[in-house]
Amino acid sequence: MSAYLVRRFLLLLLTLVGMSIVIFVMLRLVPGNIADIMFDSAGFVDPAEKAALEVELGLNLPIPEQYWNWIKGLMVGDLGYSYVSEKPAIDEIGPRIPITAKLAGMSLFFSILFGLPLGVISAVRQNTALDYVLRLFSLSGLSLPSFWLALLILMACVSYLGEIPIYTDKPETLGEELALYLLPSAAVGFRASALIMRLTRSSMLEVLRQDYIRTAKAKGASDNTINYVHALKNAVLPVTTIIGIEAAFLIGGLIITETVFNIPGVAHFLVEAILMRDYPIVQSLVMFIAVIVVVINFIVDMMYAVLDPRIKYAD
Amino acid sequence: MRKNFTTIAAAAAVLALGLGFGASVAEAQKSGGVLKLYHRGTPPSGSIHEEATNSTISPYMGVFNNLIMFDQHKPTNSAETIIPDLATEWSWDASKTKLTFKLRSGVTFHDGKPFSSKDVVCTWNLILGKSKPKLRKNPRKSWYTNLESVTANGDSEVTFNLKRKQPAFPMLLASGYSPVYPCHVSPKKMRTNPIGTGPFKFVELKQNEHVKFTKNENYWKKGRPFLDGHEHTIIKSRSTRVLAFIAGKFDVTFNSDVSIPLLKDVKEQAPHVICEKRANNVSTNLIVNQKSAPFDTPAIRKAMVLTMDRDAFIKILGHGQTIKSGAMLPPPNGVWGMTPEALAKVAGYNPDVAANRAEARKIMEGLGYGPDKRLKIKVSTRNISIYRDPAVILIDHLKEIYIDAELDTVETSNWHAKVARKDYQVGLNLTGIGVDDPDAMFYENYACGSQRNYTGYCKPEMMALFEKQSMMDNGPERLALVWEIDKRLQEDAARPIIFNRVSATCFQPYVKGFTTMTNSVYNGWRLEDVWLDK
Repeated sequence: MSAYLVRRFLLLLLTLVGMSIVIFVMLRLVPGNIADIMFDSAGFVDPAEKAALEVELGLNLPIPEQYWNWIKGLMVGDLGYSYVSEKPAIDEIGPRIPITAKLAGMSLFFSILFGLPLGVISAVRQNTALDYVLRLFSLSGLSLPSFWLALLILMACVSYLGEIPIYTDKPETLGEELALYLLPSAAVGFRASALIMRLTRSSMLEVLRQDYIRTAKAKGASDNTINYVHALKNAVLPVTTIIGIEAAFLIGGLIITETVFNIPGVAHFLVEAILMRDYPIVQSLVMFIAVIVVVINFIVDMMYAVLDPRIKYAD
Repeated sequence: MRKNFTTIAAAAAVLALGLGFGASVAEAQKSGGVLKLYHRGTPPSGSIHEEATNSTISPYMGVFNNLIMFDQHKPTNSAETIIPDLATEWSWDASKTKLTFKLRSGVTFHDGKPFSSKDVVCTWNLILGKSKPKLRKNPRKSWYTNLESVTANGDSEVTFNLKRKQPAFPMLLASGYSPVYPCHVSPKKMRTNPIGTGPFKFVELKQNEHVKFTKNENYWKKGRPFLDGHEHTIIKSRSTRVLAFIAGKFDVTFNSDVSIPLLKDVKEQAPHVICEKRANNVSTNLIVNQKSAPFDTPAIRKAMVLTMDRDAFIKILGHGQTIKSGAMLPPPNGVWGMTPEALAKVAGYNPDVAANRAEARKIMEGLGYGPDKRLKIKVSTRNISIYRDPAVILIDHLKEIYIDAELDTVETSNWHAKVARKDYQVGLNLTGIGVDDPDAMFYENYACGSQRNYTGYCKPEMMALFEKQSMMDNGPERLALVWEIDKRLQEDAARPIIFNRVSATCFQPYVKGFTTMTNSVYNGWRLEDVWLDK
């Protein structure tokens, strides 16, 4: 097991090095650089002033040298300076991570809270009216675009309550924070819960047809014991994978929700930084997301062994 | 005797009314409260001299003072609405090439350092590129091509030395784009942490979140500002920010953010709010790369001018409420634009579109084009609806004269770089002007060598006319010449104006002392007289 862990860790490092090269090169392949974009707000581009700006930002250096400077900085925790705000990138990124993490965490919580039990119920009551209603519910969750749902929620709040639940000031209490994240995370969680519900349902249906379930029934085990102890434990394995993928996706995939609800998280910030070609911010943020994805994948792999004792990671 | 009595009685009544009115205004004005506004996106920086965008001017104008400024309560900026600011008085010499300002004493910057004539000299040396510290970007260099130098005469007087007579020069100095910077603060610091002498101090800018300002307790204008501060929450999604305003989360919308179609929604959902619909001197225009064949031929450019049906643009995009104009915005919104009658005499403005197009087709046929030999081009524009939508209509109009155009949408942040490289054939652009004066308009957008002259239009005879009007005093003669220049610019397809935009700024009824301007979006955001009647 320990050798497996070391192997996985080395692979993780290799993946991150590969990612850093891909991010760095791809950013520089996109047409237009920060100097052009910074001149956009002045309504013109002066070649001499642009050249001076490129020198100031170090964009005149050869690409390998720029890459090495960035990696050297990363290794000592120096992410560089935002080209746009001229502040340290860490100061720009740091405060936004908890915001997105909270939103993603709450969304995931909602999706599991509703997705798992509803999936089980739908499977157990297969082909009943309840099953049809739940399937319709999940289908709508998958097919409604989240930006549309989010806007609908905002319009309804303004029309019926005369209030708009968007982020304008930093919440000061836990209650304020919960209230602020409740609707956006519900909007995001709706789609994710639909996915989890459908997967749980199909996985449960497969497990419920297994011999050991029939044996448990023959031995007189209660329905709840069969469904939640024997069946769900085995059916949850593929669902865990999806939850892991969703968790990783949510860190960078909340762009639209953060934009519509005006939440100053990393996803919205990343898009802005890409549009501005704010290289230090984009590179650092994408690396951060890559680390999260790789770590979550690692955790999910480890959880397989916990959830299914038949899975062993050999040395 | 009776006459005297009547005169005295009338004078007393006027005095009483005046005093009464003055007293009621004074009583009504309340100090305190923070004005909450929304902002459409993170301002590129806080350094007004380095930017040419509403996104910087609107929040940051109150950090600074000018030497002179446009009266913040008169919606139409003109030479007659210029009032003192850091300068108490100003005068021309006999040759009208030296403009001397007497400066206010006892003024300090937000960091406590005193303001003096040195700061004025430093500011304009920075723009002229004469100082050691440099601006990263210098978008209004072209405004000051006639400025030789600025000299200090002691601590409290400065003289602007011009190369030739330019009576409209004070107009440039009165713009929100002409603040006085402190000598002792670097351009870099001015971008991130600007310091001025104005009514509000910069507090912080958080990208994608907010930009905040607080009251300058030591402001030289006693009793001002009324507000404790103003805060601009950055909301990128237009639907979200307008809904938030309707829900009462904000006191004022972003400057001219409410389009004509949106205005209807706002008024329906929040009938109590005040929305001032204004022209803002931002035009939608056609840019033709005059160095790219076949557009280097004047005839083809003339044909393009003739095929445009401006009324169709106005009807479709502006619900009939945007304004048909040349380069200069016409009265009552602007000061220098042609009247509808004069405009109708300009090629392409004749309401008989069918006749215009017949003439345009004849020109195209003369150049060898026809139904069987159509010209294939690209119309480039920013990938934003206010650019894209008119470009689509333009493409339709070009079809009428054997030109098949394909829409080439450009990622918005790459737009100016592309235009500066002259990497386009035909484009659709929006142009805002900081000051409603021909000097600003012509030298910035149509003069040889100007960086914002995107089409590369350059004619010595037009330069001579620009200079001639610039040396004239305001009056009917200058107006006539400006109209003549404007007519020629439109007919030369230098940058044909399709229409002048109209949009609204909305605010809650308890926001008082706030006036939106009709002929520039860049000059009315000092906010020192704004107060909240809550």
